Amino acid sequence: MSVTTLSSPALAQRQPNWLVRLFDYKPFLIVMCLAPALGLLAVFLTYPLGLGVWLAFTDTTIGRRGIFVGLENFQYLLTDPLWWNAVFYSVFYTAVATFGKFALGFWLALLLNNHFPFKSLLRAIVLLPWIVPTVLSALAFWWIYDPQFSIISYLMVDVLHWRSNNIDFLGSPWPARFSLIAANIWRGIPFVAISLLAGLQTISPSLYEAAMLDGASAWQRFRYITFPMMMPILAIVMTFSIIFTFTDFQLVYAITRGGPVNSTHLLATLAFQRGIAGGELGEGAAIAVSMIPFLVFATLFSYFGLARRKWQQGEAND
Amino acid sequence: MRNDITRRDALALGLSAATIAATGAAAQTSNIKAADVAAPKREIEKGASLRMLRPVRFVQADEDVFRANAAKFSKETGVEVKVDFVGWEDINQQTAVTSNSGAGPDIIIGFSDAPHIYVDKLIELTDVADYLGKRYGGWLPLAQRYGKKNKSDAWIGLPFGATAGPLIYRKSVLQSVGFDKVPEDHAGVVDLCRKLHKAGKPAGFALGNAKGDGNGFANWALWSHNASLLDEEGNVTINSKETIAALNWVKELYPTFIAGTPSWNDVSNNRAYSSQEISLTANGVSLYFSLKNDPATKAIAEDSEHQLLPKGLAKVSPMAGLTLNAMVFKHSPYPNAAKAFLQYMMEKDQYEPWLNANSGYWSQPLGAYADAAVWSQDPKVRLFKDTMNSTYYDGYKGPISTATGAVSADYVLIQMCASVATGAATPEAAAAEAEQRCKRYFRRQR
Repeated sequence: MSVTTLSSPALAQRQPNWLVRLFDYKPFLIVMCLAPALGLLAVFLTYPLGLGVWLAFTDTTIGRRGIFVGLENFQYLLTDPLWWNAVFYSVFYTAVATFGKFALGFWLALLLNNHFPFKSLLRAIVLLPWIVPTVLSALAFWWIYDPQFSIISYLMVDVLHWRSNNIDFLGSPWPARFSLIAANIWRGIPFVAISLLAGLQTISPSLYEAAMLDGASAWQRFRYITFPMMMPILAIVMTFSIIFTFTDFQLVYAITRGGPVNSTHLLATLAFQRGIAGGELGEGAAIAVSMIPFLVFATLFSYFGLARRKWQQGEAND
Repeated sequence: MRNDITRRDALALGLSAATIAATGAAAQTSNIKAADVAAPKREIEKGASLRMLRPVRFVQADEDVFRANAAKFSKETGVEVKVDFVGWEDINQQTAVTSNSGAGPDIIIGFSDAPHIYVDKLIELTDVADYLGKRYGGWLPLAQRYGKKNKSDAWIGLPFGATAGPLIYRKSVLQSVGFDKVPEDHAGVVDLCRKLHKAGKPAGFALGNAKGDGNGFANWALWSHNASLLDEEGNVTINSKETIAALNWVKELYPTFIAGTPSWNDVSNNRAYSSQEISLTANGVSLYFSLKNDPATKAIAEDSEHQLLPKGLAKVSPMAGLTLNAMVFKHSPYPNAAKAFLQYMMEKDQYEPWLNANSGYWSQPLGAYADAAVWSQDPKVRLFKDTMNSTYYDGYKGPISTATGAVSADYVLIQMCASVATGAATPEAAAAEAEQRCKRYFRRQR
């Protein structure tokens, strides 16, 4: 057997060039792979968020550069009854709408989890309110709630003769607040129902069979199997639902623009009203920033309160 | 909506006469007197082209004739003009972006106080305004108020016209309750509205977050009681005994309205009036025309009359017109072309057909155009002729500023009225809250 020895120039030729060697260097490769994602995050998330936070500490208005004013915007908001009103309604809106969406969505998911004819078609239909653009559903509700031409008033007054005058859905604060919550629940149910339905389908039927053999009632099967098993997905879906509801904008702005008498302003609509329509970019940004603690609290509550393992596996298994 | 008018388009379109004829605004013998004044000399930049934004039309002919006039300008000067029509609610945001970024359209037609907000970013139009003023009988008071920089004779905007929101009422219904027209005094208005309510054909004025009609009602309530947002020096004077009196009047008047007015936006009163749910409201001429042009509602139009807003304690009807106000931005590479274009559009050959085509929706800012044919065609429209003679404006009685526009955009005065009307606040509390909000907006203006 003969051994051929390569000459040194040939060896040099087969050496990988510096670029190849650079990409073979693991730390560099990691940085390069992460860079696009980090770049996207920086451009589309960090920069707008950072700019928003910065604006909240300035007195910038539309058409005029602002200067740093420290906490002045926040101090003003603490004295502003409208901001307090928006805080109250944002929390109330989120709490009631989320409760409504979960109660009805969970119920709907349980129904859809059964076997019945045209199951797929019905599931697709349930998704419709979620698929329709929000502003379109808002316009539909705007007509439904119209003080003169509401279809509900028409049915009540002209068809069924249950009332003598039209229902004033949006003309006074509390009816307007609940009307918006109803619209939000209608729109949000599909998201909850379909998400929970996906969770329901991951529960092993053998658990229910074993429970039935032990003589568990329907309520006991729900209480001790369905509900604990669903808790992780409930926590996730609730977190998202709270965030979506708390930051809702389109429904409120299209239907009431925060009226009547500013009673239906959410923090998001008030931020837009002050920042864009009113031109007070700094104050608008401060209102938007003031939403962050509520959102962080809601997220932490969902995560630590609902996703703990002891909910699923017994008190001792935290 | 977008239209790019090039030289080729202009040639294809030909003179505007064809378009004007197509829109029904037939050529008429002109009564407009134009003084023999030399036009300012300026050289249009070589290779100039212009981009312009303006609010979308309410009357189709507004857009048709405007485009035809722009095409004529392109044909005569070789300057390409691109005109974009945008929604009324969007024009402020687009102007803000243009102003802040220093890029975008060369010319924007905004509303009323817009030039005062972006004054640092605009070129002066004094030469154009002086020429047009001398040639066409002088600028009317509202045009001067919105066009000139505060406390100076420098023109920062070029008003194109204004639309008003006077009363519109059902003649037969008013007569059935014993009135020929709406009384000029506050007690009389309440008395009439009570009787209309009792007759089942109530009045309705927007108390919701409605930019045009809501602010129109709130301003009327205040101004007719001699209350105002500011004094002449720009001090916030909204929390005054006059305002309290106005709010007490609103509180007395509100129970006579149709239910739901605190949720009304700018189209709600149109719908309620068209469906004969109400017999009295305040609106622009567009409501009358939509009724008149629809065979199903023509009878309502025939039974309708317009009337200036009741004076109350004011000396004249306290009504401010929503004004189209053109601005030329400093970032434009073709300021001379922009000035030439605006001047051209306001000349008699272009402006008169446009004014006539609008059927009274926009009224003229220059005195001579009061003789345009549009004002003699329909007696029910004649009242709109004097819209720009008004001495009332957003921010009355003080200087116009960014804050005056913000107060209107943030519905501060509407909410003050609505909170008292609905019993959510006392007049004193509502005025104090409005004062706090207004002072916040005006803190940098003095």
